[in-house]
Amino acid sequence: MFLIHCPYCDEKRPETEFAHAGEAHIVRPNAAEQSEMTDAQWSEFMFIRDNKRGDSCERWWHVNGCNMFFNAVRNTVTDKFVKTYKMGAKRPSNAQIQKWKEGV
Amino acid sequence: MKFSARSLFANALSGHENWPEQFPDKEPKKEYDVVIVGGGGHGLGAAYYLAKKYGITNVAVLEKGWIGGGNTGRNTTIIRSNYLFDESAGIYDHAVDLWDGLSQELNYNVMFSKRGVLMLAHNVHDVQSFQRHVHANRLNGVDNKWLSPEECQEFVPILDISQNRRYPVMGGALQMRAGTARHDSVAWGYARAASQLGVDIIQNCMVTGIRRGPDGAIEGVETVKGYIGAKKVGVSAAGNTSVVMDMAGLRFPLESYPLQALVSEPIKPVVPCVIMSNAVHAYISQSDKGELVIGAGTDQYTSYSQRGALHIVEHTLMSICEIFPIFRRMRMLRNWGGVVDVTPDRSPIVGKTPIEGLFVNCGWGTGGFKATPGAADLFAYTIAKDEPHKINAPFNLDRFVGGRLIDEAAAAAVAH
Repeated sequence: MFLIHCPYCDEKRPETEFAHAGEAHIVRPNAAEQSEMTDAQWSEFMFIRDNKRGDSCERWWHVNGCNMFFNAVRNTVTDKFVKTYKMGAKRPSNAQIQKWKEGV
Repeated sequence: MKFSARSLFANALSGHENWPEQFPDKEPKKEYDVVIVGGGGHGLGAAYYLAKKYGITNVAVLEKGWIGGGNTGRNTTIIRSNYLFDESAGIYDHAVDLWDGLSQELNYNVMFSKRGVLMLAHNVHDVQSFQRHVHANRLNGVDNKWLSPEECQEFVPILDISQNRRYPVMGGALQMRAGTARHDSVAWGYARAASQLGVDIIQNCMVTGIRRGPDGAIEGVETVKGYIGAKKVGVSAAGNTSVVMDMAGLRFPLESYPLQALVSEPIKPVVPCVIMSNAVHAYISQSDKGELVIGAGTDQYTSYSQRGALHIVEHTLMSICEIFPIFRRMRMLRNWGGVVDVTPDRSPIVGKTPIEGLFVNCGWGTGGFKATPGAADLFAYTIAKDEPHKINAPFNLDRFVGGRLIDEAAAAAVAH
């Protein structure tokens, strides 16, 4: 079981308090954009995933805690969390993830 | 060498010390007609059927680890075909047809045992849903019948059918053609049979890149053992399909999750068939060695780590003990995990890709073992003819654009 740092509670809590909520930074198109989208573009948004092997950005939901969504960088090979960060923060660059890993 | 009573007797005389190797460990040639990426049951089976049925013997199977070390050797060996939708019934029942007689065909005992799969109903919704399954299955020619609680108990004597329990048994759907097989034997049997037909099985050979020509068509694969040319490449890489497809510049509707299983200490035979309970979310069978074989659900997060969390296992064992309090004092011997590739509709993708010469068999999620011979046969057909067979035609990649999903996720509502 993971111990996950919730950036809103600023506390490490057990995994059973959280729900994994899929890949992060997938922006839902607004109504106007949706009406212009082709089936292929909609499929891309709806179904296609990076499913990355390695450092991956994903959403978590502190459902049995503060009930907030947040994002995390986690390595999908070692299962280690690199960092969790609040909603609204931009996707971290590879260089940034590397810095976090080195503890800078 | 052919396995027979005679060869067994002859080798017994020499103390079983002179059996030949089952299949040679080959080094890759420069070029092949077909390269299969992934040496699990599906990939080895596809190579076997390519050689056997379509005469394409210049084939290599590339495995990054060892044969049978991936999901083929990590599943709970359940075989069944009682799926709701016509397309699913078609593809899974095709597999069950091939499971029948597979040991004879491969000259290798895969220990396919038609001991039956009993799915227990615990509430009115279960009863209605399973009876719908039974009727849908019978219309599709798939055997499945409804049992009363008394008939369930007659079939599984350790089942408690008293109606004052938290999850009373209100009936069950029984598929008699379903059962289990020995998973390692499936991989070894296909590997041996394929190599006898001239297929090269190359272990410890991870694919690191896919090379495409100026017209975009497949030219070959880069591996840790060097470049291998190929006219056609079939990817059958289960949990790592997204990684391999990324090398060809394709993104797939897949997510990889850890899925765990566990076995208990061996005991005398008490579980005569496979018993599943969707409502309590547990399934159990007993191996010929006597171990109880129990499958858990997937972990909630995506991962390639081939292991999962302990609380998932705990939850599974709580469910098992809820249905069978008799097992409460059993000890578990081993527990392990595999990486399963799950599609949005929980149905597989078997067919062509947008790239000329690149084929894919993936997305079997938590239920790929049962389909091994069928998927392998249809994948071989698709690669050989360059078009899908009518059974696997609905399981194409385009359905995620066109919207014709085969939504077994909603139909089953449980890991299968």
